[in-house]
Amino acid sequence: MEIVRPQRKPPSGDAVPTLPLYRSAPPLEVRLEDFELYAMDRLRVLKGISDGLSRGKKPEEMEKLVTDLWKTHMRHPHAPDAANKDIISHFVLRLVYCRTEELRKWFLSNETALFRYRFLAQTPEAQRKLMAEFDLPYKAVSSTEFEGIKDKLSQVARLLGHSLPASDALFYKVPFEEVSELVAGRRVFIQKGYAYVAMNQVVSLVVTQFRSLQSKALILTNRKWTSTIREEEKDRLTPIVEALCTSYLGPDYSQPKEFSEVSIKDINQIAKSSFPLCMRHLFEKLREDHHLKHGGRMQLGLFLKGVGLKLEDALAFWKAEFSQKVGAERFDKEYAYSIRHNYGREGKRTDYTPYSCQKIISSTPGVGDHHGCPYRHFSEENLRAALCRMGVNSGAMEDVMEKVRNRHYQLACTITFEAIHGSSYDAGINHPNQYFTDSQKILKSKLHFGDVPSLKLM
Amino acid sequence: MSDDGREEADNQRDQMSIDAAEEVNPNHLKLYYGRLFPYADMFKWLSYGNDGKHPGCDASFFGRREFSFTLDNDVYLRFQSFNTLPDLENSIKDKSPSKIDIGPVYSVDPSKRHAYAQSGVNVFTPVERELVFDIDITDYDDVRYCCSGADVCLDCWPLMTVAIKVIDAALREDFGFNHILWVFSGRRGVHCWVCDGKARRLTNEQRAAIADYFRVYKGNENSGKKVSLAGPVLHPFLVRSYADFLKDFFETKLLSSQNLFLTEERYEKILEMIPDNSVTSELRGKWQQNTRRSSAPKEDINLVRWAQLKSTLQSGKQKGQGLRRCVEEIVFCFAYPRLDMEVSKHMNHLLKAPFCVHPKTGGYLDVLSVLEMNASAMKEDQFSHITRCYHVILSGRVCVPIDPDNCDEFDPTRVPMLSQLLGELNIEGRTADDGNVWDGTSLGKSIRFFRSSFLQPLLKSCKEEIESSYSSKLQQSKSSISW
Ligand SMILES: [Zn+2]
Repeated sequence: MEIVRPQRKPPSGDAVPTLPLYRSAPPLEVRLEDFELYAMDRLRVLKGISDGLSRGKKPEEMEKLVTDLWKTHMRHPHAPDAANKDIISHFVLRLVYCRTEELRKWFLSNETALFRYRFLAQTPEAQRKLMAEFDLPYKAVSSTEFEGIKDKLSQVARLLGHSLPASDALFYKVPFEEVSELVAGRRVFIQKGYAYVAMNQVVSLVVTQFRSLQSKALILTNRKWTSTIREEEKDRLTPIVEALCTSYLGPDYSQPKEFSEVSIKDINQIAKSSFPLCMRHLFEKLREDHHLKHGGRMQLGLFLKGVGLKLEDALAFWKAEFSQKVGAERFDKEYAYSIRHNYGREGKRTDYTPYSCQKIISSTPGVGDHHGCPYRHFSEENLRAALCRMGVNSGAMEDVMEKVRNRHYQLACTITFEAIHGSSYDAGINHPNQYFTDSQKILKSKLHFGDVPSLKLM
Repeated sequence: MSDDGREEADNQRDQMSIDAAEEVNPNHLKLYYGRLFPYADMFKWLSYGNDGKHPGCDASFFGRREFSFTLDNDVYLRFQSFNTLPDLENSIKDKSPSKIDIGPVYSVDPSKRHAYAQSGVNVFTPVERELVFDIDITDYDDVRYCCSGADVCLDCWPLMTVAIKVIDAALREDFGFNHILWVFSGRRGVHCWVCDGKARRLTNEQRAAIADYFRVYKGNENSGKKVSLAGPVLHPFLVRSYADFLKDFFETKLLSSQNLFLTEERYEKILEMIPDNSVTSELRGKWQQNTRRSSAPKEDINLVRWAQLKSTLQSGKQKGQGLRRCVEEIVFCFAYPRLDMEVSKHMNHLLKAPFCVHPKTGGYLDVLSVLEMNASAMKEDQFSHITRCYHVILSGRVCVPIDPDNCDEFDPTRVPMLSQLLGELNIEGRTADDGNVWDGTSLGKSIRFFRSSFLQPLLKSCKEEIESSYSSKLQQSKSSISW
């Protein structure tokens, strides 16, 4: 199937490239493959933004982050294709994220942030054009009215450190409730219910408009999705759409990276130094009880495979523990199979991939289970105790707990990582094996400061 | 009343006499709700024109409003709702709540929220709520020396008056609101209800923005209230607040009524706000000497010291913008309204209804006026109990509206008290079926003000709004749905 290029008229007047407002779905035919790939790329951008926002990045930092993310993931050698990719990926994700209130909220806030920072990066000319495209119902302040309130407008301009408005300066008269953030910061002059918004503050207006446009569109899309699309596309798009929002976007760690290998005798030490809390907990429980239920065996077993524990070592490792509880014979009969299975030596012979954070967080451990994400599944008290044992200081502890309260479990884990390694970690934890690998990297780089257990590199 | 009921009333009376000074007599309250409480006005107000016949009226509107009642035994009933005026009236008369709170209008009838939750169709969420403000005198304890806690006197009440002026002017001039009701909150301060349609439909985010627009205090309760007016100039709203209200109030009233510079402890608190040691030590030197010499007794020492402070800070020597701003910062710190932000920020915050009787506003009823009560005029079952219980009869003050245009004249110590009203009722000798029983009482003035200055203009604009939104809805064609 070929991409059919849309017969779009060139934008009227000059050809200043602007941002799309995603008002209606593009008349494009999309290859199924691109459908998913484009969406994944945009998702990487949005996840990066979401991460940046919940880490409390400042506006300037966000601006840079968004520019970088966009360049990395959304670039396309051919300009019209880049524009198409932007539009297609947006509409695919709109479909993916229209389906529940929670998904809509996430999508809306990150798409809006994306739009805000892309808008800011536009030239003034392009910004003006976008303003016009929004068809904002705001009147520019007339020169007679301007003369009447000039003093007040200059006062606010001085307050903000802006240059004083010239007599031909453009101000928009906007209902105050549409520029909440300007009102909240007293960064705008308000009179009789109208805020007088200067041209350079316009982003706030545009973003509000964009947000409400998107919010309405998501509701409509949701209606269409439940009424027709889900059923009509059940063999084609629906499975993709339903899988996309939980998809894990990083490397899969099914093969140990960098040809690393770990041997049984090192395992205690590296567990202590480089396992994320979820794996440490499983590891300690296994040592304590000489047993783990299925969920725990899968989560830890696949992780260890990703870390570089060879099949033979894995068998030995699990046997050493389990035989203390169930005896060697029963281990060989009942448990060895599933370990070989994980390594693709039994059954379908496919490699099983280590679990990502997403998967671990969304698991539902029951009584007697030790798998799952401690940040999500532990009580506050148990989590504090566990972090304390890991050596997280009290300042970082409160940061972690705050992230947990806001349900940012991966950020909580990231902060733990930073606290333990004493270095910042901007990438954010998305995968236990990523935690492990990067922990080892940091420890190794510090190697000359002391003896740190490490992987043998082949 | 049955004998059982009588016994119950006696029991209540006995319990009350234990902490008599803090409670309103429940029988009095019953009489108040039975004969004086302006149900029809409250119903008209909170219906916002939807109780009319126009096809644009939303008949479910009033019924989706949450009321909550605090009962005498500290039982708290939330999510009460009423479809009609008689429903509201009967329930209040029946339960005789010591406090009535008004919450938001929800998407569905709040008393049936569980049923809706099960059906899963309608989400139970607030959809309308007046923009409200709560200013409490207890938040001013660090800047008033006459009273503390819940006490208020004529020396510190003007802090509330100036707060009304500052906020009222901004709500009208800046935000363009017209239908604003100020209410005496009972004893400790004032409530403000902004009732314009636009105000009622603000989102939480927009409410927070307005609250933040009014914020000048930095830091939280624990860090001490410190005003910071950064920047090369003040925002026009702050300029107006200062020039039109705060400066004059501070200099002509607050300085001397609170004796802000009288003692070393007090002026030290003000000097702390000046971040320049040479200035503070210069002033400190003057004032310490000054105390020893005990200069001219005719001059108000507060005014003299304030003038010295100002001239030192504003003299040519002080080039720094920050120091010149100090004068304003001190005035703001002492006189600028201290809003309870949380109340304003959320749609579902409850606020005490106007015309409630503040349960903790005490005061003994003149025993004689009770004895003089005419049983035939009262015609209420409870009357005989009141006369028997006179030794513990107490009363509360009614949460009456305050006229923002004449708020200087409002005297919290002369707000109608329950006991007084019941006495007046008795003297009037009216029977319950007379239309406006309250007319001859001191509540009359308040209700007349409520109607003429607030309710009538409000209902007029509600009517216009309903009509215009109905006709525009008719014209609106179905917009096409696009993916
Ligand atoms: Zn006082």
